Amino acid sequence: MRPLTEEETRVMFEKIAKYIGENLQLLVDRPDGTYCFRLHNDRVYYVSEKMLKLAANIAGDKLVSLGTCFGKFTKTHKFRLHVTALDYLAPYAKYKVWIKPGAEQSFLYGNHVLKSGLGRITENTAQYQGVVVYSMADVPLGFGVAAKSTQDCRKVDPMAIVVFHQADIGEYIRHEETLT
Amino acid sequence: MGRKLDPTKEKRGPGRKARKQKGAETELVRFLPAAAAEENSKRLSSRARKRAAKRRLGSIEASKTSKPLGTKLSPGELRKEAVQTPGKKGAQSSFNTTQGKKRPAPAHSSDEEEEEEDSEEDGEVEQRALWDSEDSDAEMVDDYGANLNSEDEGEKLLPIERAARKQKAQEAAAGDQWSDEEIDEEEEMSPESGSTKDEADRGLQINVDEEEFILPPAGEMEQDTQAPDLQRVHKRIQDIVGVLRDFGVQREEGRSRSEYLNRLQKDLATYYSYGDFLLGKLMELFPVSELIEFLEANEVPRPITLRTNTLKTRRRDLAQALINRGVNLDPLGKWSKTGLVVYDSSVPIGATPEYLAGHYMLQGASSMLPVMALAPQEHERILDMCCAPGGKTSYIAQLMKNTGVILANDANAERLKSVVGNLHRLGVTNAIISHYDGRQFPKVVGGFDRVLLDAPCSGTGVISKDPAVKTNKDEKDVLRCAHLQKELLLSAIDSVNAASKTGGYLVYCTCSIMVEENEWVVDYALKKRNVRLVPTGLDFGQEGFTRFRERRFHPTLRSTRRFYPHTHNMDGFFIAKFKKFSNSIPQAEIGNSATGTSKNLDLPDLKGQDSSKSENSSQPAKKAKAATKAKPLLQKGQRPKKASFQKLNGISEGADSELSTVPSATKAQMSSRLQDSSQFLGKANVPKKPKRTGKLKGQAQKSQSSEKAASLRQSTLPKGRDTGTPSLPSLSETQATPRLNEHGQTLGKAKGAGKKAKFQKENGTPKDPQVHTVSPLKSSRPPPAKKRKTASGSNRQRLFS
Repeated sequence: MRPLTEEETRVMFEKIAKYIGENLQLLVDRPDGTYCFRLHNDRVYYVSEKMLKLAANIAGDKLVSLGTCFGKFTKTHKFRLHVTALDYLAPYAKYKVWIKPGAEQSFLYGNHVLKSGLGRITENTAQYQGVVVYSMADVPLGFGVAAKSTQDCRKVDPMAIVVFHQADIGEYIRHEETLT
Repeated sequence: MGRKLDPTKEKRGPGRKARKQKGAETELVRFLPAAAAEENSKRLSSRARKRAAKRRLGSIEASKTSKPLGTKLSPGELRKEAVQTPGKKGAQSSFNTTQGKKRPAPAHSSDEEEEEEDSEEDGEVEQRALWDSEDSDAEMVDDYGANLNSEDEGEKLLPIERAARKQKAQEAAAGDQWSDEEIDEEEEMSPESGSTKDEADRGLQINVDEEEFILPPAGEMEQDTQAPDLQRVHKRIQDIVGVLRDFGVQREEGRSRSEYLNRLQKDLATYYSYGDFLLGKLMELFPVSELIEFLEANEVPRPITLRTNTLKTRRRDLAQALINRGVNLDPLGKWSKTGLVVYDSSVPIGATPEYLAGHYMLQGASSMLPVMALAPQEHERILDMCCAPGGKTSYIAQLMKNTGVILANDANAERLKSVVGNLHRLGVTNAIISHYDGRQFPKVVGGFDRVLLDAPCSGTGVISKDPAVKTNKDEKDVLRCAHLQKELLLSAIDSVNAASKTGGYLVYCTCSIMVEENEWVVDYALKKRNVRLVPTGLDFGQEGFTRFRERRFHPTLRSTRRFYPHTHNMDGFFIAKFKKFSNSIPQAEIGNSATGTSKNLDLPDLKGQDSSKSENSSQPAKKAKAATKAKPLLQKGQRPKKASFQKLNGISEGADSELSTVPSATKAQMSSRLQDSSQFLGKANVPKKPKRTGKLKGQAQKSQSSEKAASLRQSTLPKGRDTGTPSLPSLSETQATPRLNEHGQTLGKAKGAGKKAKFQKENGTPKDPQVHTVSPLKSSRPPPAKKRKTASGSNRQRLFS
């Protein structure tokens, strides 16, 4: 376990900022204590400083996870966000998409969101903007990338993709292995 | 209008005609046994019926005189008495067959009727006559008087009442018929072969009260293994249980209780598919009736329960959301604020969007209990030693509201993945997940406020989840589990920080009901470490055993809790809550106590040393006896400072108590005495015979946990010893006793072992001159049993004399 290097931090923050923008600062400076990112086995973990002392006692090969895993660095040093970061993205999300109840299941299976399943979308969403997907009951379901800007969404036909799927909570069952 | 060609043909089908009531006569036919139907002849006109009735009357009266009693009994019986006609035999056989089939369809009975039509003309059988008379009664209200003479008392009964009576008598007779064709009731137990016993069993089905259960002879037992007939086995099980319930009355002569029990065990093993070992263990655990309930409960799965994740939602909201999805659920009970039980669900309960969003966790009801017992507080450090799949860990986290730190550990890498998944899904942020063998704690990291140990076990409480446990567990498995559990429990105890401000608790739980894995392990830990049992805080559940067969456990085991599938409708479980009152680890008596002695000299590290001494005192096997005494004192000794004081005391007392093997003084007394003697011994004895003194001290500390009454004896014991125990120690003991009492009071207050040491020294020295005067009085006491103490006593003698 080690802190992130500058380069890694930059790459990661860029990725996260796509979804939450400048609210990223709130992740680091929290009223209930300082949190930081740590790297372990190519995965980035978001932990409170109080935990670091205890975690330092654990051998590297025996440590499986700590705090919340945000994502991992791929072999080519690109950062990939996992669904486990959803709890931190959802409250700070700048651009949100709500999908209809009928389309929930489809999204939870890993499919993209079609225009027919689109319930609401925040104004001024640019194309290829990171968005967080919610159900109509305001339960965060995952996140993705807007395939069309808000204006285009209105014009396009019902079978067109409006949000590219990136991660959803169904992965807790479908991809339990890849979480660690 | 002439469409009815065959009036007897029954109307079938869904139409109105089939539903139409046919009339009392046909209804009656269905109620009465087929035999009665047999007797019903074709439909006669009213005049024909009257003529038939007169005929019957005449014959009935004739038979009545011959056998008045017979009329009461079944028609079958009557038939036997009456003239045997070919028709009658035919009737009999048909009667028998219909009896065997119990309630034949009316169509069938109508066939019988047609058969009997011929025979009726021939043999005026009373039975048929009786039935006919009843039949005619049913048809013709006026005919009451004509048929009543056939009845016993000649009372005016309604035809249906008569029919019911006859039916009863008939059944009784049928039961008799099935047996050895003797009319007299079968009360005696005849050594019958299995076949007749079967007949009797079948007869039992009808004739419940009269038959007694006949235990098949030993030779029969092998027969069954070849082709077990489950029906038979089940019947036999019920019979044996019935016999055992009222053994004195219902037993078969010459058969012992153990024969019945053996038979029952084999039958249960066959019927419920258990291995012999496990069933034997269960028979030891439960009384017979409860055993059956337990086995039945294991065949049925427990209801699905889930726990609301209060980090993300409330139970009310979750219940509402799930009900909207089509789940039928209810709150779990008064004892749980977050539990819900699912009766049925139209959607898969483990894949709803609420589940994926982490609003709830599927968890057994009994798995919620250990965390409730643990009662973790916010900002604590908690260790969950065997956390997979993470249900309890997440419950701990939600009770702590994501504050503090939880170290979730498991030895199985595969199952750790589910832990990671579950904790992330439920939004637990304060958890560190590690992959250690639990026994490596506290070397890796220790000093936790609370520890939860859900030990791997044989799984005998969750047979309904995993039926393979029935057969694949045997003695070795259980003992291996117990061994592992003991090791884990000791490691867990060592990982708890007794000095924690808010904690110092450990919860040990298993999903097993075996005493070897539960009470025995807990008792072992009580002996080996400075812990004691405290109430779990669960107000329901059965108390743990304080004694079981030949074993005796510590009385505080009553505060542990057992849960069973058949009584609480949750998985079998065992929960014990410990409180650690001292961080020191008791050393073993032999060998280690020597090091303990030398440690005593190193006063600066008193707290560490206390472990050796005070542990020795706390460990003794006699702790059980002195538990009540020791505990109040131990409470005083909870703080490490006290422990150090005790340790010093223990050291000084070691010499004294070595002499007196009788468990005498309370720990405080012992410790103070030990302290005294240690002052003297430490310097002198250590170079000479460190091991011995160590042993002695260990023993002394062992005996510390004894009652006050014995303490007096203890002081006198050295005197009474053959080896000539020095009077000094005894005197120091006697003198120490009152002082110890004071010390005991001030234990909590005393700070700094050094002060105590000095104090003890002061106490010790003045005792010398007085020793000799006291000694003669004490010589009457019996010498202590242990030789080692004698040896140390002799050492002392050399020292002081």
